[in-house]
Amino acid sequence: MLESIKKFASEFFVTGDPLIYGAMVSIGFTMIALVATLTYFKKWGWLWREWITTVDHKRIGIMYVIAALLMLFRGGVDALLMRTQLALPNMEFLTPEHYNQIFTTHGVIMILFMAMPLMFGLFNLVVPLQIGARDVAFPFLNSLSFWLFLMGAMLFNLSFVIGGSPDAGWLAYPPLSEKVFSPSVGQDFYNWGIQISGIGSLMTGINFIVTILKMRAPGMKLMKMPMFVWSVLASSVTIIFAFPILTVTLALLMLDRTFGAHFFTLDGGGNPMMYINLIWMWGHPEVYIVILPAFGIFSEIVSTFSKKKLFGYKSMVFALMTISITSFFTWAHHFFTMGTDANVIAFFAVTTMIIAIPTGVKVFNWLFTMFRGRITFQTPMLWTLGFIPCFVVGGLTGVMLSVAPADFQFHNSYFLIAHFHQVLIGGVAFGFFAGLYYWWPKVFGFTLNEKLGKWAFWTWNIGFYVCFMPQYFLGLDGMTRRTSTFGWDKGWYELNLTSTIGGFMMGLGFIFQVWQIAHSVRFMQKDTTGDPWNGRTLEWSIPSPAPEYNFAVIPQADEQDAWWEEKKRRAEGIVTVTEQPIEPIHMPGKSGIPFIKSVCWFVTGFGFIWGWYWMAIPGLIGIAACMLIHSFTYDNEYYIPAETVKHTEATLRGTM
Amino acid sequence: MANSLNHEMMNEHQHGHDGHHDQEELRQFGFWIFLMTDVILFSVLFATYIVLSGSTNGGPGTELFELNGIIISTFVLLTSSFTSGLAVLAMHQGKKNALINWLIVTALLGATFITLEVTEFMTLVHEGATIGTSAFWSAFFTLVGTHGLHVSIGLVWMVALMFQIKKYGINPVTIRKVNIVSLYWHFLDVVWIFVFTIVYLMGVM
Ligand code: HEM
Ligand SMILES: [Cu+2]
Repeated sequence: MLESIKKFASEFFVTGDPLIYGAMVSIGFTMIALVATLTYFKKWGWLWREWITTVDHKRIGIMYVIAALLMLFRGGVDALLMRTQLALPNMEFLTPEHYNQIFTTHGVIMILFMAMPLMFGLFNLVVPLQIGARDVAFPFLNSLSFWLFLMGAMLFNLSFVIGGSPDAGWLAYPPLSEKVFSPSVGQDFYNWGIQISGIGSLMTGINFIVTILKMRAPGMKLMKMPMFVWSVLASSVTIIFAFPILTVTLALLMLDRTFGAHFFTLDGGGNPMMYINLIWMWGHPEVYIVILPAFGIFSEIVSTFSKKKLFGYKSMVFALMTISITSFFTWAHHFFTMGTDANVIAFFAVTTMIIAIPTGVKVFNWLFTMFRGRITFQTPMLWTLGFIPCFVVGGLTGVMLSVAPADFQFHNSYFLIAHFHQVLIGGVAFGFFAGLYYWWPKVFGFTLNEKLGKWAFWTWNIGFYVCFMPQYFLGLDGMTRRTSTFGWDKGWYELNLTSTIGGFMMGLGFIFQVWQIAHSVRFMQKDTTGDPWNGRTLEWSIPSPAPEYNFAVIPQADEQDAWWEEKKRRAEGIVTVTEQPIEPIHMPGKSGIPFIKSVCWFVTGFGFIWGWYWMAIPGLIGIAACMLIHSFTYDNEYYIPAETVKHTEATLRGTM
Repeated sequence: MANSLNHEMMNEHQHGHDGHHDQEELRQFGFWIFLMTDVILFSVLFATYIVLSGSTNGGPGTELFELNGIIISTFVLLTSSFTSGLAVLAMHQGKKNALINWLIVTALLGATFITLEVTEFMTLVHEGATIGTSAFWSAFFTLVGTHGLHVSIGLVWMVALMFQIKKYGINPVTIRKVNIVSLYWHFLDVVWIFVFTIVYLMGVM
């Protein structure tokens, strides 16, 4: 009896590694501390009422951002562990197995559990405000999307201490990810974690398409929408085409592993290459899904901080849409070297290079917007300026990779690693940071300390180049990716050491950001204007933080940069909009169902991962029950009386 | 002049947004987009099936298909699509009982379809074709099974809806729900026609 419990525990919990024991202990302590604090301050009810059951897009956005930053921390620690292992030749810091697990979890977490939620956070925080709407189209679904994402991420992260992490790479190529070669449950955690959060992402895509197409303020024609809204639309359209592919691909891999199917196995007639095609049909568009909103953010910031209208609005829209469509026709450039017909390779090489054109158009548009503008260099603008050279170099090396014959040289080398980090960090991460800095005052109602922000910016940026520039040379020197150690004889050690130092500088940059936030919370500088950057779009026309109903009166938006034009008119003393009467506002009611349903998904996933049907089946029943209960719920909504609205407005605007 | 016009439009718009009518239209539009994602999901499954359709690994293949049974279930499903159309018609005429009755007929036909499918699967398993037999059978059971799962979910949804109509009558919310279920049901019908053609007809040919 005791023996069998011991045996079970040794499979269930990951054992034998001091790093992991450390993690377990710290996770345990954090949990206890969290529960104790919440209980001590009697905050459980508050947590439930104000956050867990909320359907307010702004609160959901904040939760996404917090979760994403925590995941950035986890993914960043993974990155630093890897860089530490690679700092010097023959390091014995991580075993090769552990190294495999870490690059796998690092890749998955950064892309799916950091970049995606950070992006969704910004969607939620900004889109309804920019289009002059009271909420997203489906507030209930929005909350469900968030909780599914969170439960999926938790499930994935759990594998670190329970059962063991996946180690077949962030895209889990079979046959490596099949039962024969990855018998541990790590790969199942991967499948279920991503699957559950992926459903959430798909629903978010649908939600924002409907929101943008159907809920814009009167007067806001499509071609008058702020550029960020356009980029969200482009990204969401890409999501709804790409994510079903991921859902199916992972489901098939799951069937292989759990029910002995033969989709991608080496035996039974399976076809591993089919997986590689399918996963990249999702994977390549995925990269554009996360970069498109960053383009939108830069457009907003460049125009605001240059005090000029965005140059080439139409070409910008066209570029966004072209990129989102073309991204579906390039997937095979990820496996040029795997033996395909030369014509096929040529096709994919050309489509890949075509994407460089609209991307170049965007960069020139930003430069032209800045040209002769009255530029100010606050933190959001700094990140944008830091992004441009970084993205240009990343883009150029990307074009180099798309030259099929050259790819045979660069493939799977550190050249590739340097390239995609340049686009993912310099483009996506910097872009989302820029967005966070830009909209922070709108979301939280206070401004961030600029000085610490500049420190953070410079350490991140310098660290970035120190870390990744050497890797291009390492790649050309023959260092392959996923190498866990190397000898002195290779002559790679100076470059690797430099790269590691750069990695830690970025870590320092992150600490500066945390410090900046803590400092700004402590010495709070309230934003009383609602418009600290002298903004151009509608979100700056309302007080900060935005009240729960967003707009007391739905605005009229006849021009691009509606708020800027309105300010100009007001300065000239022209009154065009007559004072509107404030009416009661219709709001969606809170609901605990999204949270409970997501917990049921978690339980189901956990049950299937371990083959515990006694757990999985009740989980499934719970999911069905939640759906039915929701279907039978009529009239979960309420009105905010006009008096309350007036009172809130007066308080927020400081006229009371 | 222009101002007062703006004013009018704004009020109009605001009312539209808050009204139930607009809300229901929004949801129906959202459902259309959802269906689009479902189309992609099925496309990928069809593509996998086509890629793997020759990979029987020396085991049993399409010779196990029983076309007569499939034709019957196809007929049943097509009829159910028709009766779901009749249900919507009754709804638009405001006939609550007729609406519920047609939904019951639709659900019964759907249930028959599922029963036939389960029987078919059991026969196949009996003859030695399971999801683990070969890549071909993995693809077959997954594609056809996913369609079956969709039908089953539609069934539960439809039954739940009958209770709601009974309780709340025909109102904007139930109208939207009936419209959506019927849209979904027609969609599954179309998917089935592809399954019938690509899997069964081309299989036995
Ligand atoms: C913050 C600084 C970062 C550092 C120092 C870093 C470092 C690394 C290292 C050392 C590897 C493993 C290379 C190998 O052995 O093959 C890696 C892989 C990877 N990283 Fe990062 N990374 C960082 C940020 C990011 C970000 C922001 C993203 C995405 C948004 C990202 C996505 C990836 C992916 C997808 C892989 C490939 C994993 C695989 O091979 O399966 N990284 N990174
Ligand atoms: Cu690609």
